[in-house]
Amino acid sequence: MRGGTNGEHASRRLIDDYARGDAAMAADTVWALEAHLEACAPCRSLLAASVATGAPEVAALVDTVRAGLEPQLDAAAGVRPRRYRPRWVSAWLTPVLAPWLAMTAAVTLLALLLDAVASPTSVGGASPASSIAPVLPLCGVALSWSRALDPAYELTASTARAGLPLLLRRTTAVLLVVLPGLLVGGWLTGTMSAAQWLLPSLAFTSTALALGSVVGVTRAATGLAAAWGAVVVAPAWITGHLSGHLPLAPGLLLQPDRLPVWGLLLALGTGAVIARRNVYSTL
Amino acid sequence: MTSVTSVADTAPKTYAWEIRAEDLRVRVGRKKMAVDGLDLSLGIGTHGLLGPNGAGKTTLIRALATVLRPAGGELELLGTAVGGLGDHRALRRRIGYLPQEFGYYKRFTVREFVEYMAWLKEVPKAAVPAAVQRAVERVGLADRADHRMKTLSGGMVRRAGIAQAIVNDPAVLLLDEPTAGLDPAQRLRFRELLQELGRDTCVVVSTHLVEDVAAACSDVVLFADGRLVFQGTPDDLAAAGGPEHPGDSPLERGYSALLRNSGRPGGTW
Repeated sequence: MRGGTNGEHASRRLIDDYARGDAAMAADTVWALEAHLEACAPCRSLLAASVATGAPEVAALVDTVRAGLEPQLDAAAGVRPRRYRPRWVSAWLTPVLAPWLAMTAAVTLLALLLDAVASPTSVGGASPASSIAPVLPLCGVALSWSRALDPAYELTASTARAGLPLLLRRTTAVLLVVLPGLLVGGWLTGTMSAAQWLLPSLAFTSTALALGSVVGVTRAATGLAAAWGAVVVAPAWITGHLSGHLPLAPGLLLQPDRLPVWGLLLALGTGAVIARRNVYSTL
Repeated sequence: MTSVTSVADTAPKTYAWEIRAEDLRVRVGRKKMAVDGLDLSLGIGTHGLLGPNGAGKTTLIRALATVLRPAGGELELLGTAVGGLGDHRALRRRIGYLPQEFGYYKRFTVREFVEYMAWLKEVPKAAVPAAVQRAVERVGLADRADHRMKTLSGGMVRRAGIAQAIVNDPAVLLLDEPTAGLDPAQRLRFRELLQELGRDTCVVVSTHLVEDVAAACSDVVLFADGRLVFQGTPDDLAAAGGPEHPGDSPLERGYSALLRNSGRPGGTW
């Protein structure tokens, strides 16, 4: 600072004048001093001392105001906002998804129980659990961006985050809940290996997202799940032991030598999602 | 209280109108063209969007909120063309929107709800708590901020909706029937808030209450059958009506006179 200052700091005399509210100070000096005080703690402490000794009436006024406000300030400071859920949870899951994930977990459990009591080859060469495992994540995916089932859809659709990143977040959350459940369950009952259903379920999920960019995610997911049920699982279930000879039996579709087909489907779905990434913000 | 200033706030304006529509057409369902050839330019201020039921007010507001894609014509918001498959992210950060019937998660508290919306609107993380508190205080819900949404009355829910709309300090604020369910005292307070917001924001309020427009709006947009019928000040609207037109106030008489002149067919309702 220049003009009436000593080195880099304001002079004692200048600060004293300022504290007393000296009207004779030039406006530019006051301006420069205030700019310096804002950034300089040592000079502010000098000012504080100077106010206490040089301008007791100012100090008294400030103390009175402070004393008057203190009870209110103390009362306000102690209140912590009440939270029912951590902030990161709602970034990944909407509240409507939670009950559906619970239902998916229940279905998984049921299928695994069926597996444990029935013989593994009863349904078209595939156990009940492994024939529904590929489409299980679709239940949650259908909910992740749904006009009919998500009450806050209209609000969400107009916000900056609406679009593919938000959809992928919610889909990831669904997969993170569903896949470990299947994995652990399958390992405990020993009736199905991860290789059988993991790739198909990922392929179904990516296809649902890709088709979702055209017809809406909910419609795509429910459509795919229904198609799998109607074309593959139901015929096998109805024809019972003969199903091993059906061309579309789940047991055949999920055999390890079909994995390249599922991998191709996954790649195609992912590619389509990437190609149409901008469409998701105005679904 | 200091708010975080973004580059977008300090940059010079490169557009003449916050909202500019030319021959805008928006389709509802497969066939119905709810907005059909609308030309409209709106700047800073509070604009009251008036019109009979089924005029297309909600459809227009949804298109302005970038929820509906226009079927034809041009729509520019804050100088950005809306309509193609472009990235609306930067634009949406600066829009506030309150739908007519807005859904919310019942188990969220007011603060959690507004915070969640602030997160969706990409308010900078450090600014969220202060922005939420400010929005909740502006709508007079500070004492209910930590109550769950399902325990609130209809008017309070609507105020929470207004709070989420203004939490990101939008440059374009779209409110669809915001006064429905508010009691008279809240309505008065809300009109003050509208006037306050209209000083530096382009506020579009759709309403069917003519007195709301008279009290809070600097500009009236009259809209029927998807087309613009009239745009002007509330005084202009009042001047359009004579004693021979039906209505209890000068504004209502002006409203019915303009709608009659526009040749709008319809029944007694």
